[in-house]
Amino acid sequence: MTFLGMPTAPRGVGQLRQEAPFPVAAARALDDSQLRRNLRHATSTIRAKRAAAVAEVPDWAELRAAGAAIKDDVLAHLDRYLLQLEQQVTAHGGTVHWAGDANEANQIVTGLIRTTGQSSVVKVKSMATQEIGLNEALAAAGIEATETDLAELIVQLGHDRPSHILVPAIHRNRNQIRDIFLREMPDAPPNLSDEPAELAAAARAHLRRKFLAAQVAVSGANFAIAETGTLAVVESEGNGRMCLTLPRTLITVMGIEKILPAWRDLEVFLQLLPRSSTAERMNPYTSMWAGAVEGQDFHLVLLDNGRTATLADPRGRAALRCIRCSACLNVCPVYERTGGHAYGSVYPGPIGAVLSPQLTGVADNPDLPFASTLCGACYDACPVAIDIPAMLVHLRSRVVDDKVAHHRGPTPEAAAMRGLAWTMSDPRRWAWALRAGRAGRLLGRRYGRIRHLPGPLAAWTSSRDLPRPPRQTFRDWWASRDADGERENRS
Amino acid sequence: MRAALFVTCLVDGVVPQVAKATVQVLERVGVTVEMPWAQTCCGQMHVNTGYPREAIPLVRNHVAAFEGYDAIVVPSGSCTAAIRHQHADIARLAGDSALAAAAAQVAARTWELSEFLVDVLGVTDVGAYFPHRVTYHPTCHSLRLLRVGERPLQLLRAVEGIDLVELPDAEQCCGFGGTFALKNAAVSSAMLADKIAAMRRTGAQYAAAGDASCLLHIGGGLSRLSTGIGTRHLAEILAVTRRD
Repeated sequence: MTFLGMPTAPRGVGQLRQEAPFPVAAARALDDSQLRRNLRHATSTIRAKRAAAVAEVPDWAELRAAGAAIKDDVLAHLDRYLLQLEQQVTAHGGTVHWAGDANEANQIVTGLIRTTGQSSVVKVKSMATQEIGLNEALAAAGIEATETDLAELIVQLGHDRPSHILVPAIHRNRNQIRDIFLREMPDAPPNLSDEPAELAAAARAHLRRKFLAAQVAVSGANFAIAETGTLAVVESEGNGRMCLTLPRTLITVMGIEKILPAWRDLEVFLQLLPRSSTAERMNPYTSMWAGAVEGQDFHLVLLDNGRTATLADPRGRAALRCIRCSACLNVCPVYERTGGHAYGSVYPGPIGAVLSPQLTGVADNPDLPFASTLCGACYDACPVAIDIPAMLVHLRSRVVDDKVAHHRGPTPEAAAMRGLAWTMSDPRRWAWALRAGRAGRLLGRRYGRIRHLPGPLAAWTSSRDLPRPPRQTFRDWWASRDADGERENRS
Repeated sequence: MRAALFVTCLVDGVVPQVAKATVQVLERVGVTVEMPWAQTCCGQMHVNTGYPREAIPLVRNHVAAFEGYDAIVVPSGSCTAAIRHQHADIARLAGDSALAAAAAQVAARTWELSEFLVDVLGVTDVGAYFPHRVTYHPTCHSLRLLRVGERPLQLLRAVEGIDLVELPDAEQCCGFGGTFALKNAAVSSAMLADKIAAMRRTGAQYAAAGDASCLLHIGGGLSRLSTGIGTRHLAEILAVTRRD
């Protein structure tokens, strides 16, 4: 199978790539005990809440199946739905732009803002604009972007990067947030405490001035209805709605997979999303608009950036069902220990481990498909039933194929795997290898267990002992038992 | 009833006592155990490490070894899941639809030990005696790929003398994950540390599970930290009787 010729997300722009190998970045994160406490507290709290919110819905399994089926229909007929959406948005006075990748999307948005003559914008929390690095591109063009989602604001003021899809400042506790506000927010009260209500009030006052002055807003979208041209943003704070309604110009950047065919499909997703993400029965603010309202300019930027390449892989494309709820992050034992930054991409955790390598091409994110124990908690939690573990296994083979193709001769791992497969595909060879394994009894004579192994196996004994190989394999025991039995029968 | 034992490669070479115990339990409840000599490995490690093509001859060998048996018992949730969820798929990757059909047939007759005892034989009390405090870790593939649910606990609760204590955050992965334990040793060890801390809080003498692979990892950590907690495969607990 080849995926050549499908453009992926370009290098050098946006945030989809690992900067350090995952094991290295993860080990660094593990050393940060404050980070681990923050993450453990946050993920275990939201895990319990989500489980309760989902358990309340008697037909959750049916909703989940419906969500998956609707998204699969969208992916199967994406070309048709996208054109229908464009037609509807245009008919309602909006302008649709097509961006093949992050660079094109950034150029389009920068150009649109320049046309307004403005040099600052307010932003609604949006993963698509994080993915393409829009804030950095705007800054390079002399345009100041202010994040208005509270957690995104914390990240932005902290000169930091989001570490979670839904709760981008999950790695920060309230103490750290107070320090960031005092340092970076000129209008923060000097006696600010770390009480959540006080922190929120300080951010509120700061943002209110931004909202009232803003002429241009940039948003993402949770859903776009092809049938009606309606866009939807769901949020908790109401800051998104301020951005969507106050400024004269609204620019929405949206991945092409965010489409739903019909208005009534929202019935399914407005149940699946809030319960899976914030563990709420209903999110506090759902804003919907079709095209431009009177006196406002509306632009919709449709972003590919590797999505068509993802769609081309029959075993990988279901990753495009994702509605960015983060349930898989919150239940992931790896994410809970490492946090989001270790993944490099703005899409961390299990969904990031299958989405990021597909958007960039596996060569640029070769470690992420391996950043999982395949425990399966993500699949159980996913509201659109993405079989993430199976997809990780598939992407691992794509990574291996890519590495072998670019390596002179087989990689050491491939050679070992082939040798083992050769040995294990024949019972006589395998029985011989098992007996040879008893030579391992030379190890660990002193303590009765093996405490140090050489080479790549040293990674095992860094924290784990290994029992000495047994005197007798099972098959030898069985053979001797059979022989005993036959002797008994004869006598 | 007759049943073929799939020993699994790890148990055969590293912890044969698990398969011996499985044989003892099965024979005690009246099963005639057969040992197909041609068996080797289910190939899960190859598939899950990104080498599905290398697993093709292993699947072929496994199907040939077990094709003639009506019931196949495996003392491992993970290997059972590989047979059930991966083998036919790997055969299709090889373009061999006859092998895929045969693999699906073998998979349909393959049971993890607790499934076989509870569902096929309808037994929960196997006459075991284990007068120790035990905590049970439900391994991820038993829990989420096979959905064995309460079956192992039903079997353990019926053991005479056992003091079965609940493991806090039991459903959290122990951090083994096959080659994950080597490729991401730091994260794997961090997960293991939390699992061990939970086991220590129970005051258990033994940590039990249905997968020798996860137990090798957990036991390796318990031993390294000199916790005094031992590991026992579910079969090893069920194998012990008052006569021992």
